[in-house]
Amino acid sequence: MIWALILIPFSASLLSLLIRDDKLRRGLLVGSAICHSIIMALSWAQTFIPILGGFFAVDLIAQLFLSIASILFLMTSFYAVGYLKTEKHENKKDFLENRLFNNAPEAVFTACLLMFLAMMTMVVTSQHFGILWVTMEATTLVTAPLIYFHRHHRSLEATWKYLLICSVGIAVSLLGNFFLAIAASSHNGVSIPLMRGELIARGSELWTPWVKVAFIFFLVGYGTKMGLAPLHTWLPDAHSEAPSLVSALLSGALLNCAFVGILRAFEVTAAAGQLVFAQDLLVLFGLVSMLFAAVFIIGQAEYKRMLAYSSVEHMGILALGVGLGGSAVYGSMFHAINHSLTKTALFLIAGNILAIYKTKIAADVRGMLSSIPASGIFWMAGILAITGFPPFGIFLSEFMILRAGIQQGRYFIAAVYLILLAIIFIGISAIALRMAQGRNTRPLDVKVERRSSIMPSAILIFTTLVLGIYIPPHLNNALHVIANLLGGN
Amino acid sequence: MWTDIVMVLLILTNMVVLGTSRLRACIRIVATQGVALGVLPLLIHSIETHILIFSIISIILKGVVFPYMLLRTLRQLNVWREDDPYVGYGMSLLAGPITLAFSYWVSTRLPMPFSIHSPMLIPVAFFTLIVGLFLIVSRKKALTQVLGYLVLENGIYAFGMAIANQQPMLIELGTLLDVFVGVFVMGIAIFHISRQFDHIDTDQLSALRD
Amino acid sequence: MTELILKVIQPLAALLLAPMLLGIINRVKAKFAGRKGQPILQTYYDLWRLFHKGAVYSNTTSWIFRVAPIICFAAIILTLMIVPLAGGNRSVFSFSGDLILAAYFLGLMRFFIVIGALDTGSSFEGMGSSREVHFSALAEPALFIALAAMARQTSSISFSGIFSAVTPHMWAGGCATILLASAAMIIVLVTENARIPVDDPNTHLELTMIHEVMVLDNSGPDFGFILYGAAIKLWIFASILTGILLPINGLPFIISIPLSIISIFIVSIIVGVIESSIARLRLISVPNLLLTAISLAILSLVFALRS
Repeated sequence: MIWALILIPFSASLLSLLIRDDKLRRGLLVGSAICHSIIMALSWAQTFIPILGGFFAVDLIAQLFLSIASILFLMTSFYAVGYLKTEKHENKKDFLENRLFNNAPEAVFTACLLMFLAMMTMVVTSQHFGILWVTMEATTLVTAPLIYFHRHHRSLEATWKYLLICSVGIAVSLLGNFFLAIAASSHNGVSIPLMRGELIARGSELWTPWVKVAFIFFLVGYGTKMGLAPLHTWLPDAHSEAPSLVSALLSGALLNCAFVGILRAFEVTAAAGQLVFAQDLLVLFGLVSMLFAAVFIIGQAEYKRMLAYSSVEHMGILALGVGLGGSAVYGSMFHAINHSLTKTALFLIAGNILAIYKTKIAADVRGMLSSIPASGIFWMAGILAITGFPPFGIFLSEFMILRAGIQQGRYFIAAVYLILLAIIFIGISAIALRMAQGRNTRPLDVKVERRSSIMPSAILIFTTLVLGIYIPPHLNNALHVIANLLGGN
Repeated sequence: MWTDIVMVLLILTNMVVLGTSRLRACIRIVATQGVALGVLPLLIHSIETHILIFSIISIILKGVVFPYMLLRTLRQLNVWREDDPYVGYGMSLLAGPITLAFSYWVSTRLPMPFSIHSPMLIPVAFFTLIVGLFLIVSRKKALTQVLGYLVLENGIYAFGMAIANQQPMLIELGTLLDVFVGVFVMGIAIFHISRQFDHIDTDQLSALRD
Repeated sequence: MTELILKVIQPLAALLLAPMLLGIINRVKAKFAGRKGQPILQTYYDLWRLFHKGAVYSNTTSWIFRVAPIICFAAIILTLMIVPLAGGNRSVFSFSGDLILAAYFLGLMRFFIVIGALDTGSSFEGMGSSREVHFSALAEPALFIALAAMARQTSSISFSGIFSAVTPHMWAGGCATILLASAAMIIVLVTENARIPVDDPNTHLELTMIHEVMVLDNSGPDFGFILYGAAIKLWIFASILTGILLPINGLPFIISIPLSIISIFIVSIIVGVIESSIARLRLISVPNLLLTAISLAILSLVFALRS
């Protein structure tokens, strides 16, 4: 079954390079996404057998994050069909600088999207640290052409920064792999292979200074891809210049994959007895990320960059949650689900706004509720959700983390966390809610809003609303088990 | 002793890359570095077939393919010198030995749990790593940044040599693959940059900022 | 008795054979250029000619100008007494710490050349002096640090001690230190002796002169002293270079002394080859070259310290 999970998108990607007919290719995209989601849904009912001698296995962390990614990819592929259709027929003029530009060939775009899904599956299910690393590198390389879809110089600048910074980050995490190998070298000749299961089982045999250094390098290396500050500098540029559905996938799925990498390293470090060390580092990075996000969100002029910084913030919250331990870990895992759902929905709506209002600047967008009511409603809902309004899911997860912080007596951290959340709330609301209200004065290219551009966001926001009120018991159990694995409850 | 000579060669090549502004010379020096590192597995392990094949692949990749690609990009771009880096060449040169002393210090803080072939391997690997990062940060031209990335990867490869008798060649292959694809993609990106912008000065890629 | 003979032979050989070094370099350059070139003994003829001429002194000079060449020559002879040939036969004056004294004698020589040049009051000489001092200020740390690295490696701060401790065993253990120190020494040799790529000994263009210009006003025996001194300085630096490199300590004296003299000649041939192959560096690039030498010297010190 895991073979199917990996090979379906992989072969679909190669096929889409060969298919000439656009409609057929888009159908292939949606078809692979549906297959992937069905198989992931099956994984909750029955366990999958590990393949290749245990190199790939769907353990609980993989199951959770892969399901998230699968749902997101499904929704995005629905959106993509309409998006690609419009992109083909429109006059491609860069409205910022009034120049003409091209798009990359659609086949390359679709192929990269599908390959991205395949590589993501491999990253999350990989049980060997080396393979995890290789596939993480592959996701970097595969997403670069996605960012460079609109071929003009700003997106090229964003792609270059993304490539360089993420490649350096991946190189650093390769060094982390080597350090882990040294830590796993044995005391008497036979060293422990870099398989997650074995490393956790024999954690006490690992050499402590090397485990610590390995964790630091993993955190910095994969943290670059995850968007933890101060390594996040590629994030705002890449998210603002890429097509919105690519930004949605990056924020919703790719950042989570990088987080999985860090979680794997965290498990091993905890098994080696360095749990507190790892947790302290995660708390530090988490708070720093939230701080950077808060500073840059206030007065942010462009709404897509604002969403990008919001991603940085939420990644910080994820790290903080795991770093606090206790019930915060459950909150962090729950937060991962909700954040991905909400952020993807927001980015898809942002794509609509961009297509209709033809501006990236938030101050120029007014009166969404009157001119594009469906998008407007879901935009407002999404913004309220992402800033932590009840009854959306994010409120619940952020509250869990806060409660854990107070329960542990770490009042300073809880206070900083709360203040930063408040600042970010003010910053985002001031910018984004005004976009929905008021009257619009720009000449708009308003067509009837396509269903395919609203339905995905609608479904996602509705899901996170439901999760904020009711957590299915199956999911609840799974989250508790994962939290236990990560040193919490 | 031969390992030591390779290590000294590595150090010298790093110093030269730090100090020269001529891009063609830089590319050739990084190529020599790659070839020296390609020979290293044969010196450290016994000469078996798979190690031999691996060495040959590394040498061809780093000594022939990469320089050819990068030189071709240079010719297309008609750029030959890095005139105005963020950190001047004299300072970069002086930073070299200071970095080497620092990496020796770091390696004393991290005792190796098993014996490695040459005690110079770890410090020199760290040194190459830091030189690579330094190049990425202190140079403006996108091509020199790619060269810095190559040097960074050389450092990681050298590190991999130290542990290679503990873990299989999988990791080495991973590094090689990483470098190959990374440089390939970055070369393409540089070509696009030069087409869009008419230069490869990343200092001027500043349209996106907060 | 043999001790005394050995001690005396070294400076004697230098005094006799040093001018031939300049001739060899010029001959090598000529061969590269396809010419027949000067005779190898040309410098001897030049010295003979100069010492038989009268000197002309300008009105603006003072006693310093007359005394400077002599002091320079005296300083270089003293240095000759300290630096032995390769293989570490003891030099005439060798004691612990003599390498610092040798470096300072060289500094004394440089100081008096510069002072003598400035004494003429001509702007040419002033320009040459400022360049010379600038480059020497950068070359001296390189020299010191390279010698310090060798001293650390061989646990001795005397030239004789260092040269005699360079054995094949030491090569196996500390070859990085030795190679890097000699790389730094090559650059220092080229700088201190006014060779391409730092300075062109044949040029007389204002923009490009350093050493040539400082001695423009010297004539007759003064110039003879300076020329002889330059040859001996080259000999000294070459013997330091070969001393650091050659592990010929254990061999009997009949073999090691001619071997070291031949190696000095080989160094001069190499200098000739370098001169013919590289172009002179622009003056703003010379500090970069010297910083390279300093870096190499620091590297060799790092290697010497870690073992």
